[in-house]
Amino acid sequence: MEVSTPRVIAIVVALLLLVTLPAWVGNPYYINVASQILFFAVFALALNVLVGYGGLVSLGHAGLFAVAGYTAALLLARGHGHLVADTVALAVTVLTAAIYAVLSLRATGIGFLMITLAIGQILWGVAYRWASLTNGDNGINVAARPAPFGLSLAGADGFYYLCLVVFLACLASMRMVVRSPFGASLRGTRDQERRMAALGYDVWTIRFWAFLLSGFWSGVAGLLFLYYNQFISPQIVALTTSAEALLMVISGGTATLLGPVVGAALVVIMKNVVSAYIVRWNMVLGIIFILIVSFMPEGLVPGSARLWAWARHRLRRGKSGVAAATPPAAAGEGGP
Amino acid sequence: MSLWLTLAVNSVALGGLLFLLSAGFSLIFGLMRIPNLMHGSFFMLGAYLGVTFLDRGVNFWLAALGAGLLTGLVGGLIERFLLRRLEGQVLPQVLLTLGFAFIIGDVCLMVWTGDPWQPATPAQLQGAVQVAGLFFPLYRLVILAVAVVVAIALWVMVDWTRLGAMIRAGVDDPPIARVVGIKVSQLFTLVFALGAALAAFAGVMGAPYLSVYPGLDFEMLPLALIVVILGGTGSLLGALVGSFLIGFLYNFGQAMVPDLAYVILFLPMLLVLVLRPQGLFGKVGA
Repeated sequence: MEVSTPRVIAIVVALLLLVTLPAWVGNPYYINVASQILFFAVFALALNVLVGYGGLVSLGHAGLFAVAGYTAALLLARGHGHLVADTVALAVTVLTAAIYAVLSLRATGIGFLMITLAIGQILWGVAYRWASLTNGDNGINVAARPAPFGLSLAGADGFYYLCLVVFLACLASMRMVVRSPFGASLRGTRDQERRMAALGYDVWTIRFWAFLLSGFWSGVAGLLFLYYNQFISPQIVALTTSAEALLMVISGGTATLLGPVVGAALVVIMKNVVSAYIVRWNMVLGIIFILIVSFMPEGLVPGSARLWAWARHRLRRGKSGVAAATPPAAAGEGGP
Repeated sequence: MSLWLTLAVNSVALGGLLFLLSAGFSLIFGLMRIPNLMHGSFFMLGAYLGVTFLDRGVNFWLAALGAGLLTGLVGGLIERFLLRRLEGQVLPQVLLTLGFAFIIGDVCLMVWTGDPWQPATPAQLQGAVQVAGLFFPLYRLVILAVAVVVAIALWVMVDWTRLGAMIRAGVDDPPIARVVGIKVSQLFTLVFALGAALAAFAGVMGAPYLSVYPGLDFEMLPLALIVVILGGTGSLLGALVGSFLIGFLYNFGQAMVPDLAYVILFLPMLLVLVLRPQGLFGKVGA
């Protein structure tokens, strides 16, 4: 894969900006917002594996996100170390993802969505109603953030860098997966399920692995969320969280690497800004959903890429004076 | 003994209520294949509207019908002007219905505040009837009776009338149905509105004993979902059986293992998904 020079420059600049962010932002409040964007971007990237590349819309991912957080919080509350708690939490999350997959992959489309929604609600029920285990509505506190290799994560800066490292690792692994034969076969099952089966691919297994991958990164994001708030409560398991994650994926553009990241930034910033002025976040979320469906069904990143390509095309045509008849091409990494 | 009987009566009543809720969901999700995530919102909106009518001194049945009609109108308008344009596109349909679910929830919170509303059981339906030396609360039995009447009416409508035949034709093969002169789109709007109205009607019927509060919408939506998955999508009989099963499970679970009652509700659904994915009464390949 040849990488064009403008692209390299863009990546280097973006990396520099991200690494130096605490220095030029300064205010811990905004650094914390940046941390939130990063771990929600990890969550959105995880969901995008299924929604974007697999064509499987899950409305139960809040369950996976929260299973990791709750498991770790419960283990920490019982006096286990961070390493043990986090490892077990991720293992439990992947296992939960496997259960999700076994149950939901019996269907595609609406059926898949409804089953994931139902399983998500079960987990919400556990978090909210099984008070003797999860402390119900009161949630669970976590005393302190971990300090790996003696590095303190207690401050906004330290935690931001943790999020950044995890985010970059996630992005790199997603890029690797998307470009691998596995990524290609996953897209194949999305676009041509029957043909893939006829070619000898095991569609179910491909989707199962995709689900595990998605579950793993959802769990990682859930752990970051837990450490960020040092608290977890049933609110995060509610359908709203799954819906927000879906909004991040869709508003940015599904089946692109950058889309979910942009979407996460948008949703987190909007949520912070809107919450500062009005309490009607749910209403705003609802209205955005309806506006997106009506006006930008393909998402912001592919939408903007299309507009950009179209504008450049117009500009060139204007310069050379040749009226090219080619229609504006849809851009975007993942195809349609 | 008397505890078990009370539980059983409550279970039957909740079953009836769940049937009213999920019959519409079964038509919309099962037959028309629309992932209607605002079905619980219709239930809650209807309940709030009904409570408001009752507060103004309107007769109980009129309040329930009025709430049903108004909510049916809302549902019909959303279907006619927005959902119809998204035919066959699952993701946009999900976003749209989810968006409206959030908006309806927030509007209800704004109008009716966060406090729970619980209207009194209508005067003529209070009290108990005595059968074979045992007392049964009248209102619970009324809910059951209404559910049975609605079940029979829907069954007759879908299976035995011209309208039902046209709906089934429109679902099975829309292009051909259109060719032979059936106005499929109008029919779908009608069915959608009917489903919304039934959910709202159920909301009013349930208000005197469930009460109405914010969050009721997303509590009822999964219940409708469980019932339909359990009974088999598109099967009214399945919805009926599923409703009563869930009604019993909920009440007995609540009495015996209160911590896990909500989770237990989902177990039969999971079992059905593993052992019989088409649902108890669903047809294979449907």
